[in-house]
Amino acid sequence: MYRYDEFDQAFVRERVRRFAGQVERRLSGALTEDEFKPLRLQNGLYLQLHAYMLRVAIPYGTLSSRQMRQLATIAERWDKGYGHFTTRQNIQFNWPKLKDVPAILDALADVEMHAIQTSGNCIRNVTTDHFAGAAADEIEDPRPTAEFLRQWSTDHPEFSFLPRKFKIAITGSPNDRAVTKAHDIGLRMLRSEAGETGYEVIVGGGLGRTPVIGEVVRDFLPRADLLAYIEAILRVYNLHGRRDNKYKARIKILVRETGLENFRAEVEAEFERLKASHSAEIDPTELARIEACFAPPAFAEAGDLSTCETRLATDPDFRAWVDTNVTAHRQPGYAIATISLKAVNAAPGDASADQMRVMADLAERFGHDELRISHEQNVVLPHVRRADLPEINDTLALAGLGTANIGQIGDIIACPGMDYCALATARSIPIAQDIAQHFSDPAHARTIGEMKIKISGCINACGHHHVAHIGILGLEKAGRENYQITLGGNHSETMSLGERAGPGFDAHEVVPALERLISTYLELRESEAETFLMAYRRLGAAPFKAALYPEKELQNAV
Amino acid sequence: MSRKHGPKIVSANDLLEGDVVYLDEAGGWTRDLNRAAVAHDAEAAQALLADAIAQQDRIVGPDLIEIGLSTSGVRRPVHYRDIFRERGPSNRPDLGRQSAAGAAYDAPAREAAHV
Repeated sequence: MYRYDEFDQAFVRERVRRFAGQVERRLSGALTEDEFKPLRLQNGLYLQLHAYMLRVAIPYGTLSSRQMRQLATIAERWDKGYGHFTTRQNIQFNWPKLKDVPAILDALADVEMHAIQTSGNCIRNVTTDHFAGAAADEIEDPRPTAEFLRQWSTDHPEFSFLPRKFKIAITGSPNDRAVTKAHDIGLRMLRSEAGETGYEVIVGGGLGRTPVIGEVVRDFLPRADLLAYIEAILRVYNLHGRRDNKYKARIKILVRETGLENFRAEVEAEFERLKASHSAEIDPTELARIEACFAPPAFAEAGDLSTCETRLATDPDFRAWVDTNVTAHRQPGYAIATISLKAVNAAPGDASADQMRVMADLAERFGHDELRISHEQNVVLPHVRRADLPEINDTLALAGLGTANIGQIGDIIACPGMDYCALATARSIPIAQDIAQHFSDPAHARTIGEMKIKISGCINACGHHHVAHIGILGLEKAGRENYQITLGGNHSETMSLGERAGPGFDAHEVVPALERLISTYLELRESEAETFLMAYRRLGAAPFKAALYPEKELQNAV
Repeated sequence: MSRKHGPKIVSANDLLEGDVVYLDEAGGWTRDLNRAAVAHDAEAAQALLADAIAQQDRIVGPDLIEIGLSTSGVRRPVHYRDIFRERGPSNRPDLGRQSAAGAAYDAPAREAAHV
């Protein structure tokens, strides 16, 4: 893992000290709310429906056990005993008091963490594949690049007041688990035929009120040119991005209005200028220093697998957990274990302080001290021995963390929605809970197979509903919560945007609507191997719309 | 969330705690909806809001919200957003004001939007 150097440490401490002074001045009345608000947002402090909310950056979703334990301590000491892991691989505390926030930030700095650039029109936390450095299908670990970009973008004076926020995601694997095509810049690591590492650069993707699938602006960018090229994109955006209309200020709108070819030409011209000035070259010594931090752990021997094999043969619950929550690791004898934060009746992404400690202990004992947060709001133990899976599973089960549902219908992404969020137009969490409850039979969930349900409580789409197999968008209609359903979205390298199926549903109608959808899928699929998404792509929307709106079908038949 | 009709009160978030507070008759702030100052016309509503805006050393985000009477006579916000703000997260009855309110609420939070 990356370790702060003296400069990093001093920078973060100085920011805490400055913010403590700003809070003091706000409390004394020396700063008005209008003056204070941009300052608190620069430190991740929002005001939500019931309280302040502190959004803490988890760079590229990587945590040590010490950091996870500190999050638990913060949750207990200054919050209400839990935290919420988000689709941006961050954590949010929902109940901090204003006067306590400087102390919380100090506690974060103690473990090399902060809340900088988790808000505002700057470059946000760089996100990546939660299986980075572990996945069997990976070309190269994307985290050194992510860390390099983090350092470059931190407090970058030129890019601190962009037209709008800016999100970069990177994947080192051809199987895109980082949703790169829905980011302002998406990077896919590639190897050239000559064996050189580089990136496919995708630009202008995004969800929100105007969902757009990012387009390739550069097929292959050599690693040495990364900063110059990213800087060129940011410069073109900073200059031409719209500042007159918040809803048209993201780079996706600029790319669309300019046209990809013209946009690319401007970026390439700026890129050549930057290269000529040598101002954005990657320092190989610094890159090597960072890369060394992400060296693979000292993997152990596979160990005695007999207990694991016996349990697999005799314990169906353990078998189910291994089948759904465990992924192939590149190292023989090792596995990636995903801890589901989607138990039935849980709020997706929420973990109690006790659960955080259990996960931290497991990482320390069995997982080379590493944890990851996935954009799907689960926690990952990226490096565990298969031989240790039984004990890991047993420990998780005792803490309410043993749910075997990764990638299944109960593994729902849900934003906080109107239970917490000031921007929300409807609730998300209770809808997710109703669906998870209805489809809680593990055997039935296995029969349904791979299913991505994602719920957003407003059009800003933090819940990624546009790229869900079944997306749910909560809106207000005539003074009530109303839920629109989209079908056929997909977040992977073959990204597609879901199509709106028709009129929205009242909250209590959502589960019956989903039941009709799922039953229809199960009736129409060609085999168990045909997932919902595959069936939707083969059959089109018609049979699923008919299932969602049977009355309409009846009217059409008459 | 202000609307054209119906009695209104001013809600805001407390500067220190961040929780929801309401402007009371004395020009101070209360956490009890039933002690909030009520405006029955637009002019009175604007006067209340002006009073609140002048107090941003104590509160954040003052806004007018519409209230009505529930079946049991308890005041309650008209819009579901304000109901959740008053109570707390609907999935966590142990958190927010609802955790101490007990019988004060006449419908489970989960059902609030459907009644």
